[in-house]
Parts: sequence; C-alpha cells; structure tokens
Amino acid sequence: MNLRMTIATTRRVLEQLRHDHRSVALILVVPALLLAAVYFLYENETLPPRFPRTFDRVGLMMLAIFPFVVMFLVTSITMLRERTSGTLERLLTTPIHKADLLFGYALAFSIMASLQSLVATAVAYWVFGLDIKGSPGFVVMIAVINAVLGVALGLLCSAFARTEFQAVQFMPVVVVPQILLCGLFVARDDMNQVLEAISGVLPLTFSVDALKEIAGNADATAALWQDTLIMGGIVVGVLVLASLTLRRQSR
Amino acid sequence: MSPAPAAIEATELHVSRGRTHILRGLDFTVGPGRITGLLGPSGSGKTTLMRAIMGVQRVTRGTVTVMGIPAGSASLRHDVGYVTQGASVYGDLSVEANVRYFGAMHGATAADVTEAIDAVGLAPLARQKAADLSGGQFSRVSLACALVAHPKLLILDEPTVGLDPVLRAELWERFAAMAASGTTLLVSSHVMEEASHCSSLLLLREGLLLAQLTPAELALRGGSDDLERAFLTIIKAADRGQAESEVAS
Repeated sequence: MNLRMTIATTRRVLEQLRHDHRSVALILVVPALLLAAVYFLYENETLPPRFPRTFDRVGLMMLAIFPFVVMFLVTSITMLRERTSGTLERLLTTPIHKADLLFGYALAFSIMASLQSLVATAVAYWVFGLDIKGSPGFVVMIAVINAVLGVALGLLCSAFARTEFQAVQFMPVVVVPQILLCGLFVARDDMNQVLEAISGVLPLTFSVDALKEIAGNADATAALWQDTLIMGGIVVGVLVLASLTLRRQSR
Repeated sequence: MSPAPAAIEATELHVSRGRTHILRGLDFTVGPGRITGLLGPSGSGKTTLMRAIMGVQRVTRGTVTVMGIPAGSASLRHDVGYVTQGASVYGDLSVEANVRYFGAMHGATAADVTEAIDAVGLAPLARQKAADLSGGQFSRVSLACALVAHPKLLILDEPTVGLDPVLRAELWERFAAMAASGTTLLVSSHVMEEASHCSSLLLLREGLLLAQLTPAELALRGGSDDLERAFLTIIKAADRGQAESEVAS
C-alpha cells in the first residue's frame, strides 16, 4: 500500500465525477426525491395512537439502501470502463498496488456516499420529520458502510461483465434479492426457512438489522456494533475477491 | 569497459492465445540507448511481442528479459513505459489531470507534468478534456502519460498514427534525443519511411523474426532505397520460401 497512489486515485476518480454534473446531481438529489415519494405514499395512513408511522420504518431503511444501489451501479460501470479502455492494464504496468487502486476507488465513492446520505438524512429529518430513537449520526454511518459495500460488489461484478449493458444486468442479480430479503418487505422471522437462511448471509440484512437497533434504542447497542462489524468484514472480503479479478497478465 | 546489459533479450519466445500460436520462437536482443523499430504486416505479432516485453501478456514458452530481469517483474515497473495503440487515457479528465495521475505512480513533480505535456506539444490544450481533443491529440496525451515517468525503456505501439507530417517529424526528433540521453525505445510502425529513424529494425512476419538489421542493410537486402519496396521484396521472398518448403514437405 502506498498512500500517495491511493490518494491520487481517489482524487482522479472524484475529478472524473466532477466533470459529470448530471451524475453528481443524480447521486445527490434522487434519493431525497424518492424519500419524498415514500413519505407521500403513506401520508394518509391511519394509525392507532403511539403506533410508529410506516415512513419511520421504510424511509429509514431507504436511507441505507439508496447508497448501496447507486454506488453499486456507479462503480461497476466506472470500473468496467477502466477495464475496457485499457487504462486498467496500463495502470497495472506502473508501480501502483492493486490495493491502492481498490481503496482509492472505495474512498472516492465513500466520500460521494457520505454527501448523498447527508442530504437524504437531512431531508428525512427536517422535511419529513423522521422520528427514531437513535442518533442520525449512526444512520449516516450505516449508509456509508452500505455504500462501500456497493462499491466493493460493483468492483467485483465488473469483472464478469464485458459491456456496460451486461454490467447493468447484474443489478437484478446482486441488488434486488438483497432488497427483497433484507427484512424491508417481510420481517425475517416470518419468512420460510429457505428464504430466511439466504437472507441470513446477505450483507444488506445486517444493515437493516442495524437500522432497527438504531430506530429502537437511544444509545448504540451491542447488536448494532456486531452488525457493523460483520458488514465491515464482508466489505473487506469482497474487496479482496475484487482484487483477485485485477490481473496484471492476460493469458 | 564491459558491454552494457541488453535492454531487451528474448530467447525462444513463444506466445499462444487460445489456439492461436502468435509468436513462434523469437530470439533477439535490443541494445540500450537506441531506437529499435518493430516492423511487420498487420497480424504479424507486433503488439503481442510488445505486450510480452511489458509483462502483460503471459509467455507460453521461452523467456524475455528487460535490463536483465524477467519481463513484468515488479522491480521494472518504475523503468518501463508503454504506449498502447489505442490511447489508454481517461477521456473524461483534462490532459493535465491524466498526466498528473500517471505521473503520481512514479512520484513525478508538477514540473515533470508540465515538461511531458510540452514535449508532446499539448501545452495550449492542457486544461481541455481529453475526449474533446482530435484523434492525434488524444494519442499524444497517452504518450505524455508515459513520458512523465522518464522510463528507461519506452515501448510505443504505432505512436505516429494519425499525426500530421510536421508533428511526426517533431516526435521522431524527440525520440532521437531521448535515445541520445540513454533511453531505449522500441517503436512499432507500419509506415516504412519511419524505419529510417531507427538504428536497428526487427522484421516480424507471422510470429517469426524475419531479420534483424539496420535500415541501410534493409535497403541493400531489399534492393531498393525505398524502404517500403525493400520491405515488400523481403516479405515476398519469405512467402516464396515458405511456399516452396511446404511443397517440398
């Protein structure tokens, strides 16, 4: 690892994004707009007294799911371009270490993800009055970890796509099952055994679990830290797998 | 004085990709501090050979060393530069940002970056996005990204394609100056008149080394001062030779 090369990579990726105003706008604004849609969907629900609003549950989870989906897409396309344009092969003939490249990417997109989740969380709290017990700081933390998870999976999946068209097709394969099974639509306890078992190994499940801990407790719980730790482990594992797909040599 | 180690040395070099046997046993050495031209018809294996020397193409059999070290070794990565045929740069970054990024891998300073951009004549366009440049300018960005590292061995795959004659002449002058200061250059080209800028030529045909000679020897062997014609004569003679040996076998 070489800090100079990692930082240079982060800077380069951010600079590439900076030239792309439309993507930056989409990354920052779309989650907030979708959150508004969720809010107005449940606007007229009638609730027994003291019963939490659906928005407080679904909206909260959306805060963590957006960065995951967006960063997965952005990363897999960017990395695929790097592979097909020959710049990746060229980089690997220089002294850069694979880890510098991957961490450079992960850092750049985590910065974007932090901005995204700050905007979305601010809107959720101040515009729509999101009401949970825990601190918004933890919500942002989980959102950023999810974003890095998206980056890591995107880096890995880009190795299995030859075109951008194929890369986008990985979304239904990698992202949608996690959203379906993470406990957003049906609580994990109510799933059949097979689905529950699958759900138990999908990374997004742990972040939804962590968010439930944040929503229900004013202070950080042991379960929250455990979920965070598992997520971190998965992210590192996927990044290591992704680094194996970066070959310096073609056969 | 003991002779300097060869910049590139290939021994019985074979490369196959899938079922295609691309390089079929090459033996040659390239001397340091000079320009060596790599010539041959398209499909003769020029790019594959360059990739093998860079260490990005797996060698099936035989060896290739760079400055005495196996090609592709980590310790060589500071010393070799490679400019691919299609420019491998970031279209969505400015010229300067591209050169700065690749320079960062070698600890290049801001002065190195400016120098490399000046060297390829892109100083007035330094802040332009690479994708907005013309084809010739775009490929020069790629060259600048290699120059910024001050490599000891520079491998250039068709670097003058799409350049106007004035610029082409300027680049060859620069290559000559680099060689004079000790850089080894391996340049592939299909423009035969450019062969005269090289001090040594490798003629490649169907994965075999047809000849290693100087431009003067090429003119002599091909029986023409027009290097293109001389090259064609040698290729045709080789084709005839192959046809005869196939009949005989």
